[in-house]
Amino acid sequence: MKIGTPKEILDGENRVAMTPDSAVQLQKLGYECAIEKGAGAAAGFSDEAYEAAGVEIVKTAASLWKNSDIIAKVRIPTETELKRLTKGKTLISFFNPAGNEEGMELAKSKGANVIAMEMVPRISRAQKMDALSSMANIAGYRAVIEAGNNFGRFFTGQVTAAGKVPPAKVLIVGAGVAGLAAIGTSTSLGAITYAFDVRPEVAEQVESMGAEFVYLDFEEDQQDGAATGGYASVQSEEFRNAQLAKFRELAPEMDIVITTALIPNREAPELWTKDMVESMKPGSVIVDLAAEKGGNCKLTVPDEKIVTDNGVTIIGYTDFPSRMAAQSSSLYATNIRHMMTDLTPEKDGQINHDMEDDVIRGATVTHEGEITFPPPPPKVQAIAAQKKPEVKELTPEEKKAQEIAAFKAQTKQQFTLLGVGGALMLLVGLIAPASFMQHFIVFVLAIFVGFQVIWNVSHSLHTPLMAITNAISSIIIVGALMQIGSGSFLVILLAALSVFMAGINIFGGFLVTRRMLAMFQKS
Amino acid sequence: MEFGFTTAAYVVAAVLFILSLGGLSNQESAKRAVWYGIVGMALAVFATLVGPGSGLWLLSLLLIIGGGLIGQYVAQRVQMTEMPQLVAAMHSLVGLAAVFVGFNAHFEIGNVAQVMAIADSAKEADLSDLGAFAKLIAKKTSAELAILHVELFLGIFIGAITFTGSVVAYGKLAGKVTSAATKLPGGHALNAAAAGLSLICLIWYTASGGFFPLFLMTLAALFIGYHLIMGIGGADMPVVVSMLNSYSGWAAAAIGFSLGNDLLIVVGALVGSSGAILSYIMCKAMNRHFVSVILGGFGGPQGEQMAVEGEQVAIDADGVAAALNDADSVIIIPGYGMAVAQAQQSVSELVRKLRAKGKEVRFAIHPVAGRLPGHMNVLLAEAKVPYDIVLEMDEINDDFPDTDVAIVIGSNDIVNPAAQEDPNSPIAGMPVLECWKAKQVFVSKRGQGTGYSGIENPLFFKENTRMFYGDAKQSLDKLLPMID
Repeated sequence: MKIGTPKEILDGENRVAMTPDSAVQLQKLGYECAIEKGAGAAAGFSDEAYEAAGVEIVKTAASLWKNSDIIAKVRIPTETELKRLTKGKTLISFFNPAGNEEGMELAKSKGANVIAMEMVPRISRAQKMDALSSMANIAGYRAVIEAGNNFGRFFTGQVTAAGKVPPAKVLIVGAGVAGLAAIGTSTSLGAITYAFDVRPEVAEQVESMGAEFVYLDFEEDQQDGAATGGYASVQSEEFRNAQLAKFRELAPEMDIVITTALIPNREAPELWTKDMVESMKPGSVIVDLAAEKGGNCKLTVPDEKIVTDNGVTIIGYTDFPSRMAAQSSSLYATNIRHMMTDLTPEKDGQINHDMEDDVIRGATVTHEGEITFPPPPPKVQAIAAQKKPEVKELTPEEKKAQEIAAFKAQTKQQFTLLGVGGALMLLVGLIAPASFMQHFIVFVLAIFVGFQVIWNVSHSLHTPLMAITNAISSIIIVGALMQIGSGSFLVILLAALSVFMAGINIFGGFLVTRRMLAMFQKS
Repeated sequence: MEFGFTTAAYVVAAVLFILSLGGLSNQESAKRAVWYGIVGMALAVFATLVGPGSGLWLLSLLLIIGGGLIGQYVAQRVQMTEMPQLVAAMHSLVGLAAVFVGFNAHFEIGNVAQVMAIADSAKEADLSDLGAFAKLIAKKTSAELAILHVELFLGIFIGAITFTGSVVAYGKLAGKVTSAATKLPGGHALNAAAAGLSLICLIWYTASGGFFPLFLMTLAALFIGYHLIMGIGGADMPVVVSMLNSYSGWAAAAIGFSLGNDLLIVVGALVGSSGAILSYIMCKAMNRHFVSVILGGFGGPQGEQMAVEGEQVAIDADGVAAALNDADSVIIIPGYGMAVAQAQQSVSELVRKLRAKGKEVRFAIHPVAGRLPGHMNVLLAEAKVPYDIVLEMDEINDDFPDTDVAIVIGSNDIVNPAAQEDPNSPIAGMPVLECWKAKQVFVSKRGQGTGYSGIENPLFFKENTRMFYGDAKQSLDKLLPMID
């Protein structure tokens, strides 16, 4: 089968879905590769480079679409492009299925299979084809670079002969892939970096990147991000207010603010309000990575850079990945190539569109004349390691209740034991004569004392314990001594033997215990 | 001397014995505790000798001194690895003494009955020829006599089981009898029959008071003791020895009842409960029920055991030495194999060398390692390993993941991961030392093969495990010069 990549139609889109490197890998899977003339030029890949990698150069888009079985591209296909699809063709690209009903209908009517790259589920196995993450990574990096470009000072603090330079303070809102990439870039440039996210569990990741996590003074059971597939979800009104109050407090100090907060399939939440922008110092820079979805700051103009009246630059570019086309193309092409590897388990150049596979099923939006969006939830759950269930801190009240319950159970058990023991004792007492009972009480008390004492014996002293109990169990000598005064010869003989044996035991037992204990020494 | 003095002395002796046992809660106070025991015992014997009605005290004294000399000789000569045998042998003496004293009590009852029959009345009877015990008997009513019969019967029964049981245990521990579990044809039915016979004898004896049922029961009990312990294998010996320890205590207590002597009762109860607790701790450490240990053998597996994958990889002394030289923290897990090879001195030397290089070296002791509760501790103490680096299983089990090297010397079942991983394993659920979590594990072992329980040990097949074949002592001696 043939994989073809057309030139991106959208203005200003520099990326390309196939690179010479990825083409070599695709050919190893048994596919032929084709590319539209000049498709890679904007990303720095010449036609000659493609040709050298064994890729067929096709003059026009129309013939490319016609002759390819699989079309890999970057941007959401336009109507014209979709109309070129025919039955049995497979399209792999960004598709935005949630906001692209007509596109899906059109693809369905054409009978083509469409795999939407943004629908790759966020599970460990699928990370290698997660184009959203690879693009977000670039966007995060580029956002810091863009900000630096528009910021009139150093990132890092310096003390030079020409004067002291304070370090820049950078706030990154939203610690997703883009946010973390921005944090990494910013800290490595030497800025003091703060980061905020509504998912408190990412605090650890943030801190591991060298930034300081901004905590809110807010107590509410916050939803674990892992439950929503690793994405942020909508927050409560109280939470939002606490968040805005914190931002308001931070705004005057910050030199650069990068907002990356996006909620899937919704308009971007407003996090950086007009008054915050107004309270910022002149020369500060805001980079709004959510500009495409309306922006986290309402002053943002998509695809433009504006300067407010108080001298704050707001960057609303939506094409950060495209601005680094060579890098982003090679990453995106690799994502596509991994997707193809999963689609070609036999490596025979034939697509096996396995709808049982979680990743392929999740990304497929139309298949064999049917719309298969939205996909069922993936069988494999969780991105972040699920926190161990039931580790939740017990409140003091719960702890107390538990202790009381345990105490009650213990009391109950002891009472039952005492009750049963007492009843048995009474029964014995009814039958047995008084002289027996006197001894019996001593016996029971001695067992009781024995249990209390022995539990405290150190494990390491169990052998000496046995030796010493052995020695004192020779107390039987007392019985023999009482009998030895008897008149009967047989009794005297047996008693004498007993005394003799007990004598061995007493001396042997105590001496060996002493010997053992003397050996135990501290270091 | 007056009766009051004896009783007072007994009270003091009993208190001293309790203090003596209580003092064993740590190594330092234990050294004092032995003296409490010795003084208590001396006091008890002295008070009895000078007490009312005892005769022939010169003979008694000579016998005690004679026995004492033998005891002293044995205590000084015994090797620490032979401790289990010694303890078992001593239990047998207590058991036999209990049997004799019980018999004596029976004869005394007969003698008193004869004298009383002649004199017709207890008050007028001339009992001066008989001992102090006879005077006690003479005062008893018929109901008390019946109870007395039961008491001494029990004393003899338990004493006889303790005697033969301990002798067999001694034989097994000393290697004179095969340590495998062997039973006569009929198995536990024979034991049950013997126990049934004893019960019949009890009824018969209380009714008739004759010597024959008592004798018959003694034979039956001796058989039970022999056959019961023969049916228990070597690795269950810690339970067996502590159980026999417990029995010797109960025998003393039963005799105390029949003699009406509170000191005997108190000490018997102390020893009995001590042995019972030890047995309980040992059983818990093996995750087995006391009954199943006593009935011998491991319970059959509930299903197919997990097949062990991989192979045992051998390593030579150079490799072990290199790993030890690189390691910062080492945990050593000794077992019965160390005792057999007498390797504790070499282990101690290894530890001294490693510690001199500033490495953290500790010992992990499983409660049932060896053949006696606390056996490993005593062996290591003998080899001058400081006790504060010798830790219990619960104290150290969590530290294995942070440990560079774990060395297993002559233990097998107590480090078997199958106990945790394979629900069908016969030892499933038994707490084990999780040494496989250490970065590297060396197992010193004589050769390939399973442990006592016959269970394949997946630890030996793990990727981070290397087998250091050979006699433990020779292997370690080869290793020692390579540690620099």
